[in-house]
Amino acid sequence: MKISRPSLEEAIDSFTGGASVREGRVKFEISPLVENGNAVPVSVEVESPMTAADHVKRIALFNERNPQADVVVFHLGPRSGRARVSTRIRLAASQTVVALAETSDGAFWSARAKVIVTLAACIEDISQQ
Amino acid sequence: MTRALVNVPKTAKRGEIIEIRAMIQHVMETGYREGPNGVTLPRNIIKRFVCKYGAQEIFSAELFPAIAANPYMAFSTVATETGTLTFEWTDDKGETQSASAEITVT
Amino acid sequence: MIRLVLLSLLACASIGVAAEIPPQDRRSGFEFMSPQTQAMQSEETSNPGMLWVADGERLFGEPQGSADKSCASCHAEAPKSMRGVAARYPTFDEETKRPIDLMGRINQCRVKRQGAASLAYQSDELLALAAYVAYQSHGMPIAPPADSRLQPFRENGRAWYEQRLGQLQLSCAACHDDRWGARLGGSVIPQGHPTGYPLYRLEWQNMGSLQRRLRGCLVGVRAQPFDFGAPEYVDIELFLMERAKGLKMETPAVRP
Repeated sequence: MKISRPSLEEAIDSFTGGASVREGRVKFEISPLVENGNAVPVSVEVESPMTAADHVKRIALFNERNPQADVVVFHLGPRSGRARVSTRIRLAASQTVVALAETSDGAFWSARAKVIVTLAACIEDISQQ
Repeated sequence: MTRALVNVPKTAKRGEIIEIRAMIQHVMETGYREGPNGVTLPRNIIKRFVCKYGAQEIFSAELFPAIAANPYMAFSTVATETGTLTFEWTDDKGETQSASAEITVT
Repeated sequence: MIRLVLLSLLACASIGVAAEIPPQDRRSGFEFMSPQTQAMQSEETSNPGMLWVADGERLFGEPQGSADKSCASCHAEAPKSMRGVAARYPTFDEETKRPIDLMGRINQCRVKRQGAASLAYQSDELLALAAYVAYQSHGMPIAPPADSRLQPFRENGRAWYEQRLGQLQLSCAACHDDRWGARLGGSVIPQGHPTGYPLYRLEWQNMGSLQRRLRGCLVGVRAQPFDFGAPEYVDIELFLMERAKGLKMETPAVRP
């Protein structure tokens, strides 16, 4: 199946509205080598006091080589106390994944990770089920 | 049958930051997979997830097909008052389901 | 990639006679997984298998069939009545005079005691009930019963385990006794112990039974799999549980 999708950079641009993105403040935890791309644990933590005046509003994940660039967008606020989220994502192939954070002052921060997805050898034939 | 497991501390001190974990039984069918007969399986994912503390929304998420089946999410909030945390999610079929947990704040 | 995998499978096949793994070297598949997948299993609030366990708890107490009885009507509280049960299955069934696995027993109870229809092997309901019952043995050592009537069936299971099958002419033993710890494609070959069934497999993105796993292996060596519920699977499970004796039950396990 041929799927056209925006590039990773285009997906980031549409999230930020074209604003510049700085590296830093984002700690992105994802294993560099995963044994199955169906459920890859990820955590993102952003340095922020999480006060009414200075907090993280959104944390988003984007990928380079899945059929669709978007992964998830989390909405946070001062009541979060801490800007840390975890989930499990799908990676269709070895690729770059980006974690982006938008702070209440309108700035964007990011961290990137390269992930190698090893192929499972014994894949069950779906027609057998 | 949709089952969800939400994990919230039963008690917390006022002002304490607590971790909340939610896991929802859902196929999260991507819309990019073929079934046994070669026909593409229609997309059916949870699109939106919201957590409210009392009446106030404290966390939400927009999910895409790249979120793993049986989605798992962990996030945090500040314990402010004794009350109920409610979790609500909606999938592509338009079904909205919910779960809740009580917390006692001292 | 497919060619590579086939080549390594054939490399497996060319290795000599299967040697049993000495008891002190027997290790759960858990130990061959990445720390991330291990954490997914160990932390109950993040283990997807717990969704089925929770559902099984509900089903255990729900009246079923024409008798309008629940599992709990006879077995009371599962944490007491079902503790250690899964660790000694399959067991000898007096009625059919042959071994029966846990899922078979649950279905037998449904039909005979509850007056309800039996559940399909891959149904969420049967997986949930079996997961809930087996969860009551979590952490307990696998303890096959010393029932001599089981022995011929266990030997039949061993024969299937050692039998070369399919277009690839591979036996279970050729990989899981002789080549465990080696890599097949990107994955480590485990020893093939059924310590955590029903379990959540990331490949399946779902919960599944040991029979589903065995079917996957049979298809993998290009053999015709037995149907779900076939007695051969129960015999193989009987042998595998003896082989895994003393290893701890992990239901609901998570595997890649």
